[in-house]
Amino acid sequence: MMVNLKINNIDVTVPENTTILDAAKANNIAIPTLCYYPDLRINSDCRICSVEIVGKKGLSTSCSTLVTEGMQVKTHTPRVINARKTITELLLANHDADCTACAKNMNCELQKLANVLGIDENRFARVLEVRPIDDHNPSLIRNSNRCIKCGRCIDVCRNIQGVNVLEAMNRGHDILISPPFGKYLSDEFCTFCGQCSSVCPVGAIIEKDETATVWNALHDPQKHVIVQVAPAIRVSLGEELGQKPGTIVTGKLVAALKLLGFTKVFDTDFTADLTIIEEGSELIKRITTGGVLPMTTSCCPGWINFAETYYPEILDHISSCKSPQQMFGALAKTYYAQKENIDPASIFVVSIMPCTAKKYEAKRSEMGSTENNLDVDVVLTTREAGKMLRQMGVEFENLAEMEFDKPFGTTTGAAAIFGTTGGVMEAALRTVYEIVNKKPLAALDFVEVRGMKGIKEASVDLGGKTVKVAVVHTLANAKIIAEQIKNHESPYAFIEVMCCPGGCIGGGGQPYGTISKTRTDRLASLYAVDVAMPLRKSHENPDINKLYSDFLGSPLAKLSHELLHTKYQPKRRH
Amino acid sequence: MTLDLMLQKYPASSEYLIEALRDYQTAKIDHCVTEMEIVKIAKYFNVTESKVCSVVSFYSFLSEKPKGKYVIRICRDVPCFVNKSESILKTLETRLGIKPGETTTDGLFSLEFTGCLGQCDHAPAIRINEKTYVDLTPDKVKAILSEYREEKS
Amino acid sequence: MIEKKIISKRFDKIDPYSIADYIATGGYKPLIKAMTGERIDILSEVEKSRLRGRGGAGFPVAIKMMALAKEAASVKYIVCNADEGEPGNFKDRAIMEKDPHSILEGMIITAYATRATKGYIYIRCEYDKSIEIMRHAVDEARKNHFLGLKIDKIDFDFDIEIRLGAGSYVCGEEFALLESIEGKTGRTRVKPPFPTSVGLFGKPTEINNVETFANIPVIVDMGGDEFAKIGTKSSTGTKLLSLSGNVNNKGVYEIPFGIPIKTVIDELGGGVPDSRALKMVQLGGACGPIIPRYLLDMIIDFDRFDEFESKTGSGAIIVMDDRWDIFDILLRNVDFFKHESCGKCAPCREGHNQLARLLRKFTDRKATVKDLISIESLARVMHQTSLCGLGQTSPTSIISTLRYFREDYIDRLESLEV
Repeated sequence: MMVNLKINNIDVTVPENTTILDAAKANNIAIPTLCYYPDLRINSDCRICSVEIVGKKGLSTSCSTLVTEGMQVKTHTPRVINARKTITELLLANHDADCTACAKNMNCELQKLANVLGIDENRFARVLEVRPIDDHNPSLIRNSNRCIKCGRCIDVCRNIQGVNVLEAMNRGHDILISPPFGKYLSDEFCTFCGQCSSVCPVGAIIEKDETATVWNALHDPQKHVIVQVAPAIRVSLGEELGQKPGTIVTGKLVAALKLLGFTKVFDTDFTADLTIIEEGSELIKRITTGGVLPMTTSCCPGWINFAETYYPEILDHISSCKSPQQMFGALAKTYYAQKENIDPASIFVVSIMPCTAKKYEAKRSEMGSTENNLDVDVVLTTREAGKMLRQMGVEFENLAEMEFDKPFGTTTGAAAIFGTTGGVMEAALRTVYEIVNKKPLAALDFVEVRGMKGIKEASVDLGGKTVKVAVVHTLANAKIIAEQIKNHESPYAFIEVMCCPGGCIGGGGQPYGTISKTRTDRLASLYAVDVAMPLRKSHENPDINKLYSDFLGSPLAKLSHELLHTKYQPKRRH
Repeated sequence: MTLDLMLQKYPASSEYLIEALRDYQTAKIDHCVTEMEIVKIAKYFNVTESKVCSVVSFYSFLSEKPKGKYVIRICRDVPCFVNKSESILKTLETRLGIKPGETTTDGLFSLEFTGCLGQCDHAPAIRINEKTYVDLTPDKVKAILSEYREEKS
Repeated sequence: MIEKKIISKRFDKIDPYSIADYIATGGYKPLIKAMTGERIDILSEVEKSRLRGRGGAGFPVAIKMMALAKEAASVKYIVCNADEGEPGNFKDRAIMEKDPHSILEGMIITAYATRATKGYIYIRCEYDKSIEIMRHAVDEARKNHFLGLKIDKIDFDFDIEIRLGAGSYVCGEEFALLESIEGKTGRTRVKPPFPTSVGLFGKPTEINNVETFANIPVIVDMGGDEFAKIGTKSSTGTKLLSLSGNVNNKGVYEIPFGIPIKTVIDELGGGVPDSRALKMVQLGGACGPIIPRYLLDMIIDFDRFDEFESKTGSGAIIVMDDRWDIFDILLRNVDFFKHESCGKCAPCREGHNQLARLLRKFTDRKATVKDLISIESLARVMHQTSLCGLGQTSPTSIISTLRYFREDYIDRLESLEV
């Protein structure tokens, strides 16, 4: 049923159950907003989107008010404009507005709003009470002095991730969004998934910026600086630099990174293929020798942190395989170092990831083959990589495409889809199915494990037995799976767990403004990359086979185990 | 009353979180709830610790910080104010040697402001722990304080 | 005699701990009368009575009741708001302490009419005596089969649970109250949806003030038309007033709507003590307008209160004599709301701090003309954009004094230069 109303005296017709905000948007009237975020619950906290409705006292928020037949809305009267300006000035008066010293400068929704509203003075006195910054972890920095209490971070942490580390403490003006007991994020609660940093409109939660460390390394003659690029980056970096979400930029990103000064640009997809071999072998071993089942994937550090903190009793269900990022680092400082005759102490590994938890993962004490030399030295998010390219003024779109360097250059489509929810499962099944049943899959596309549904299930025939598998994304869904495993009620043999919505393409380090559509655009592109690759199964990667024959021996063998597998540590103190 | 005994009085449903917290704190001599106690309470009601912390920090009668044995709450709203609540405040400040927000060094009294107690027909009013005192004068306040001091000794 | 004791007819005449006293004075007869008739008849009588909410907002009660009755849910709630935190209000305390069963009876009748399945009474924790008496009353009502299963032997189950606050004025706001009963922080909800469709625990809920419920048995007893004859056209029935401040006889008084404020202060309140002059009166509580002497001929009536752009019909009258400076009063009001604001929405959370700062500039005689414009603008923006009644009504005292005591502001300006 359609509803007819007037917005600024213009006749508008929209379906019923449309908000005034959406009705206006559909008719080229942009009502300013601040706390509103398309995928999250409507908080109507900031009151910026207030409008006049003829016949109604006061002002109403357009984000939370549905249109009614005959409604007359006025979006930009002097009263409304003054209200918006006043509220914005109030927020600015309680905000660390030192913009040029903030990572979100020019990318900040509060700045944009002040600009759109035409604010040129603040009538109110500065009332900010400075609080200490929480930067006591490798991934995220929380700066309450910039917080505008929009509540998005609480929403995403509580409702989408089901973790609820952040809550609004105190009342009124004293409100402070923080972990319990005034603790740091690192005090055993946060998984560093970074979804909060992804939705924060200002610079209150941002990833720890390590671009300076990378610049220094790139210009250090003593260092051999190499970079590995995650599967998701090839469909995200272009977006970070202004292109449409999902634009495939593989060739250009290699060229850009070469321009920055990296000696070699490698593809994490290589070790994603390697992960499939190791993890697939591990799964087959567990199934055939009565090992601990179900087994879950282990490439997502957000999931690992979650399990270590909240479900330490199920840690032996998680695959002992390191993530592709970490497998790469381990190989870089051993296999690559030996092959190229470079001193491993001088190799500096940078990885570009759509993820903030990877920064934490890289610093884990288990992730160093040699003492004082971690396998992965620095992790940069997609956003930081974009920052470096902007710092250097790289004209990304004009670059000629280049190929990833060898020996970590040959990859398969199975590896590419690691970046999306269901991708690791599909990649694993393509290989495991063939190895066990000794015949190829009829169709390579496992559509049951694709898409944005929170928990997806499929059944596979392995050696005459029907085996159930599951794919989950977001920690709220991971929790459901973890509970089942804890209570010995899990019907699955193998579970892929990604902590971010949509998998890595929806990671906490991805370009700002990620919404459902951007996620589906990015993941569609990854599947397109897969289809276009000459090799689509990890076990068919000749360079992987060479790696085993030249160096590792065989999957799960001694050296493989030493370099490519890890242990987990329960974190909870009570 | 131990925490376990107190919790058993309530169904393990998070709607009783606030009442359980207040019940426990009222009985405790320092009128607060500690971190370990919050952990236990969170587990009992199957909520996160951050949720319990947000509830404790929201309500005026719940606290993570320890208070004195006797918490004196004085109303400073208009009906009490125009009925000389300032003289009551001054008497309390002078006799106790503390300002609102503070606790006496012997840990006996804490002084706080509170919102209107609804005793405006017998203003000015104060509350000491769970008792309300009305129709106050400075002399009456001095007498009440002495009673509490004697109770302690 | 301007008083009309209907709701307060039993005050200090019965033992509040005795259900027998309540029954002997006509108590629970309206309930039995209601349950022998049709549910629709009760709704019809309440509609005819034109009863408006007694907590301050003055919303027509029949609309809420009918909305709840229409909901086809198997679980529906009736909630009594006994949080009474508004400074200057103590009439609900009086009803709870002196005639507790009238509230219960009102809730049970409402539950019967709307097919509600459970009731809650949310009492602020500072009201120790009220809590004790209400708990006792609920027990007694159960023992006498006015609550529980098959009330009065018909197919109607209803019970009441008493829940307590923990020191938060904002939990007197409908949605914050529901959040508090659910064990959460008292932060209001996004509206719509409204409680009669999505309320307590997500179920259809009707929330009414203590005094509103106490009126229900009266309406069932005398009939809606008779009830509507009392008071004024827009405001039927009686109102319990909380009279406090600088007045000789502070207390709770019940008058029919339509009596002038001055009459209440002089005849019931006995005027201002110590031969002082009456300077100003704040109506409704800290959230209400402050009006000067020359407006005290105004009658007590919801529509007249509406002229002050706020719903301040809770019936509090705070009298202030000529000792007091408006800024002492305004600062106390603003400090109160600043302390009680839940912090969810930006205008209220950030605005009170700035209002207090601006007011202090006036008390320190350092205010500029720009500040005068800013404080009015800010007060109006908070009034128009805040998410709930707290932020919407807290600036009322400032807006009203800017209108009626403007010269006090101007006197405090550092200079008249712009």
